[in-house]
Amino acid sequence: MNGWLKDREHLARMAVIFAGALVLFLVVRAVMVPNGFGTYGHFRSGALKDNASHPLSYAGRQACGDCHDDIVASRKGSKHERIGCEACHGPLSVHADDPDKMKPVLPDAKTICLTCHLENVTKPKSFPQIDPAEHGDGGPCTSCHNPHHPEIS
Amino acid sequence: MESLLHSVQGFIYPDELQLQWSILIVLYPFITGLVAGAFILASLERVFNVEAVKPTYRLALLTALAFMIVAPLPLQLHLGHPERSFEMYLTPHTTSAMAMFGFVYLWYLMAVLVLEIWLDFRKDIVLTARASKGAKRALYRAMALWSDNISERSLRIDDKVGKFITIVGIPSAFLLHGYVGFIFGSVKANPWWSSPLMPVVFIFSAMVSGIALVMLMYQAVNWYRKTAVQMSCLDTIARYLLYAFIIDFSLEMLDLVHRIYEADESFKTLDFMVHTKLYFSQIILQIFVGTLVPIGLLALVQLVSVRERARRIIYGASGVLTLVGIFAMRWNVVIGGQLFSKSLLGYTTYKMGFATREGLLPALILLLLPFAILYLLVKLLPPWPEGDLARKE
Repeated sequence: MNGWLKDREHLARMAVIFAGALVLFLVVRAVMVPNGFGTYGHFRSGALKDNASHPLSYAGRQACGDCHDDIVASRKGSKHERIGCEACHGPLSVHADDPDKMKPVLPDAKTICLTCHLENVTKPKSFPQIDPAEHGDGGPCTSCHNPHHPEIS
Repeated sequence: MESLLHSVQGFIYPDELQLQWSILIVLYPFITGLVAGAFILASLERVFNVEAVKPTYRLALLTALAFMIVAPLPLQLHLGHPERSFEMYLTPHTTSAMAMFGFVYLWYLMAVLVLEIWLDFRKDIVLTARASKGAKRALYRAMALWSDNISERSLRIDDKVGKFITIVGIPSAFLLHGYVGFIFGSVKANPWWSSPLMPVVFIFSAMVSGIALVMLMYQAVNWYRKTAVQMSCLDTIARYLLYAFIIDFSLEMLDLVHRIYEADESFKTLDFMVHTKLYFSQIILQIFVGTLVPIGLLALVQLVSVRERARRIIYGASGVLTLVGIFAMRWNVVIGGQLFSKSLLGYTTYKMGFATREGLLPALILLLLPFAILYLLVKLLPPWPEGDLARKE
């Protein structure tokens, strides 16, 4: 056996280095891969719990409608009826929990409408879009349009 | 945004305006191709016992290693956060071809190139360790894994193991570069890329570029060291280059003819692109200057007898043109595939920065870096024949 190994000893040393590197890799992997990785997919299962534990920012339109049923009624039949309140007014869960604690700021009608309605060749033609340099008198959109029911009748 | 819109023709989708894959992604298949090609040339000598190319064997291996070390750098520079690439090994995403590259790369680098180079240079390493003192001796002893055994039997065993690794290495080299072609060929949303011929074309173009590089390196090294070039070696490499080139060109033409004959819905768009935006890089650089001219030059040497000095010039010129042509091919694949809209109704333009993260300057640095690494490798492991080295000392 010794004779057989004698001229292969350097190869055995190299093999030990490779094996050592493999073991080191497996140890590093065991330490670095977080618990629960791969349970539900290619991610750490604990991430779901972490995300669920974040405080809610948005109250949801149901909560808005509980108090502001007049606005809900005014949006009926409008093209904006299905848009969530907080899409324009921002996250308001704190306000929904305690209306006195936080008062929502009225959105700037000069910029917020353009978020969707600024003219762009890649938008479908049927979607209302304007070039602010050509449309209107430079004032806020709300001077002519009611944001809750924007059609001009 | 406004200035970018001037570079657009027709209709394109918003996310097609700027190219996501830059010149760095052009470099990546170019460099891996050089690695695979250089290795395949080295393997020819080893497996098929082609004596004539023996003088380039060790140089080709070191060249392959130098370029292999640089191969992932363009990707890491392009993506940013290079430290995250290690995650690929920790939590491998087995359904992603790109993610599996880490393993293909590691296998090829460690199990093939490093092992083969170590086995081939082991005798030199041990002899250098014996003849040196101090830190140099410690370094070479460590490289020899503190083994001093260079008995005839041990070297014979090394040779056998080395040959086995080379045999495993050839499919590995094909896998390495075939896989790069596979990544492009499997993007079914892109008609410029999506072709089952892509991996095969990439493998043969890799062989062409690698052989051309080794041919140039062999001449350059001999010129630098003021030693004589073995013309039989150079002639053989040039002949291999010609054969590989003919197969590569035939495959590319097969792909082209197939596209023209099939003429699917994307054909008009791609055809227009080749005649306008890609005219210079594809028709002039890739096909004419980088393929037909070198094939013609190399074939000329086969057909008529050319004097030695003229042959050397012809080989040098065709080697440089070949590398230009293969680089242009990578450019046309990577950049060309992003110039037209998925709507097939419009085109955009690639604007390359200079001293930006993905600009021309980092690309040039990455292209020169393998030569700096090769310089160090050659200092560490001189690939010249032992007798030659002994004569010099």
